[in-house]
Amino acid sequence: MTLNLFYFLSFVAIFASLLVVFSKSPVHSVLYLIVAFFAIGGHYLLLNAEFLFIVHIIVYAGAIMVLFLYVIMLLNLNEESEPHKSNLLKFAAAIAGGLLLLILVASLKGVDQLPAATMQHDVGYVKKLGHVLFTEYLLPFEITSVLLLAAMVGAVMLGKPEKYNKG
Amino acid sequence: MQALTNRSKVVVKKQMNFWERIYLPAILGGIVITIKHLFRKSSTVKYPETKREISQIWRGQHVLKRDEHGAERCTACGLCAVACPAEAITMVAAERVKGEEKLYREEKYASTYEINMLRCIFCGLCEEACPKEAIFLTDRILPTDYGRGEFVFGKDKLVEPVDERVDVTVRQTAAVLEFKKHKQYSHNK
Amino acid sequence: MISFFIYKAILVVGIFAITLFVAAYSTYAERKVAAFLQDRVGPDRAGPFGMFQPLADGLKFMMKEEIIPDFANKFLFILGPSIAMMTALMAGVVIPWGNSLVIDGKQYFLQIADLNVGILYVFAVVSIGVYGIMIGGWASNNKFSLLGAIRASAQMISYEIAMGLSIIALIITTGTLSLREISLLQTGGVGGHWNFWNVVYQPVGFIIFLICAFAETNRTPFDLPECETELVGGYHTEYSSMKLALYLFAEYINMFISSAVISTLYFGGFNFPFMNDLGLDQNTITILGTLFFFAKITFFIFFFMWIRWTIPRFRYDQLMNLGWKALIPLAVINIFITGLVIIIKTHYLN
Repeated sequence: MTLNLFYFLSFVAIFASLLVVFSKSPVHSVLYLIVAFFAIGGHYLLLNAEFLFIVHIIVYAGAIMVLFLYVIMLLNLNEESEPHKSNLLKFAAAIAGGLLLLILVASLKGVDQLPAATMQHDVGYVKKLGHVLFTEYLLPFEITSVLLLAAMVGAVMLGKPEKYNKG
Repeated sequence: MQALTNRSKVVVKKQMNFWERIYLPAILGGIVITIKHLFRKSSTVKYPETKREISQIWRGQHVLKRDEHGAERCTACGLCAVACPAEAITMVAAERVKGEEKLYREEKYASTYEINMLRCIFCGLCEEACPKEAIFLTDRILPTDYGRGEFVFGKDKLVEPVDERVDVTVRQTAAVLEFKKHKQYSHNK
Repeated sequence: MISFFIYKAILVVGIFAITLFVAAYSTYAERKVAAFLQDRVGPDRAGPFGMFQPLADGLKFMMKEEIIPDFANKFLFILGPSIAMMTALMAGVVIPWGNSLVIDGKQYFLQIADLNVGILYVFAVVSIGVYGIMIGGWASNNKFSLLGAIRASAQMISYEIAMGLSIIALIITTGTLSLREISLLQTGGVGGHWNFWNVVYQPVGFIIFLICAFAETNRTPFDLPECETELVGGYHTEYSSMKLALYLFAEYINMFISSAVISTLYFGGFNFPFMNDLGLDQNTITILGTLFFFAKITFFIFFFMWIRWTIPRFRYDQLMNLGWKALIPLAVINIFITGLVIIIKTHYLN
């Protein structure tokens, strides 16, 4: 049952991701991306990580993709207005994608030698996750928040009128 | 500049204080006002069931009266049409032939008599102009319709049925009744 | 196992039916409340006091001509209202409609699923709900619809932040995300277990949450996505017949769910004062508690309508200013103060 569900979700995720790349209309791309996010969220659920699933849905599907859709709608991007990509650009994109694939394959090569993670029932629960975040991974957590704060300040600076940005 | 009246107001851009700026007291005031209306009696009149009280001299749909024997009073003199400020009344006169004495009161009568109710302003001047007490405005409300044609009322809708007299005694004012006592006037013969 | 499925099925069908019933009668109540607040009578022709008005409205919606614009994206045009309705119905899953009933020694909880991330689930569903409006507005291929959709998305994202922050302060005080546990923490009764409702501890959080709930459900004074004066009908300009009805219905269901969430989080959920001191048995208390819960929900639905007929619509920049420059800082300050008080209470007062 779980395995079948896993295969189904994986199929949906990959299929939707392919459609993201191949569909002509940007709005359709975004909608397929949302489907892909839901499928990936389903994987979290299979791993008993309820909290991660919900946060994934709220943040990615619920906020970030809404913003994507917002921008695309606001700029009224559609099939006609899509700029023509030059061959050089396509070539560069192929190389970059290939490099990413290489890294992925390399990193997955030794994965079967890793000790199998012991499956705990409450591994994804909020209390447990919070405890781990604020003890074991406190430093990365705080660094991430500082990074986000910096990004926010940067966004506010960009949003301000030009005269404040001089100097 | 000197103000000529004391009604003018000097406009000031007043800075709002803290309580005014957080809006919440104003919103609370607003919802108190609306909740007070919840307990107020509604002013709606549910029309077909209850009718709003109308004035004694309400001017509604016209009626062409018959006399006490059931003959039409109208003689197609045209005074109502002349008096009408909205040009709503037209008529065609015809001569009474022998045998129609029961139907028409005098030798001349209106073979057609039409009031365009879309033009009519219900001022009652026709009633005032009529020398024969033939036309009256009643307290009936004009029925509605979907087309314009239906609003041109002919004699079929205006003349009162013989067996269903329309009571217009309230419209006959004291002055009229006083006038009717004088038998020397041709009207009252 | 079978009895478990039957119990869940009854619960699901029951809550589904109640939700639709409440939503249908909210439309009637909206018109009645509007009438009463304006010294009118309201709908009173269909049945006694117009009780069958929702049925008449529903029938009328079904009989109306179905129009899909020529240049609309047909699939997405139909998908939009479906998503709006679906997400609106989904949020009812985690709400504890009552405590547990004990039948034949078995305990039956009046809640479809007690997720340990309950409140976040509601948030996730609400954040998905905006797609219904956005997709529908975009697929209509109409400028006004598109503007409505864009407004809806910007507004929802902005107010979701303040809403989330106001909830964080509440979670700091309760220490759990499960809606059932949050309800149980507010159990009332003098006999040793007297707990105040959360609104006593979190008045500022409650006000922020309430304002955001208005914005999230697109109710006046924040109903800019369907602002008639500027955008014809907003995102549902092109919709007709049952698809329009789905959008309107979704709004009322959202209102119902929001009222339920507000009651659960801040007003004790299925608890009522002195519930443990009346000497009643468990089942009676549960049934009474459910009735009290629905009374609270009814009050908040009335409150939504009350506000609608009191306050005029905000301007869009005022809406954004309120969300970003007033509510979010206020919510952050609220979190800090709550945290500070909790630290002082746990470390220095005991």
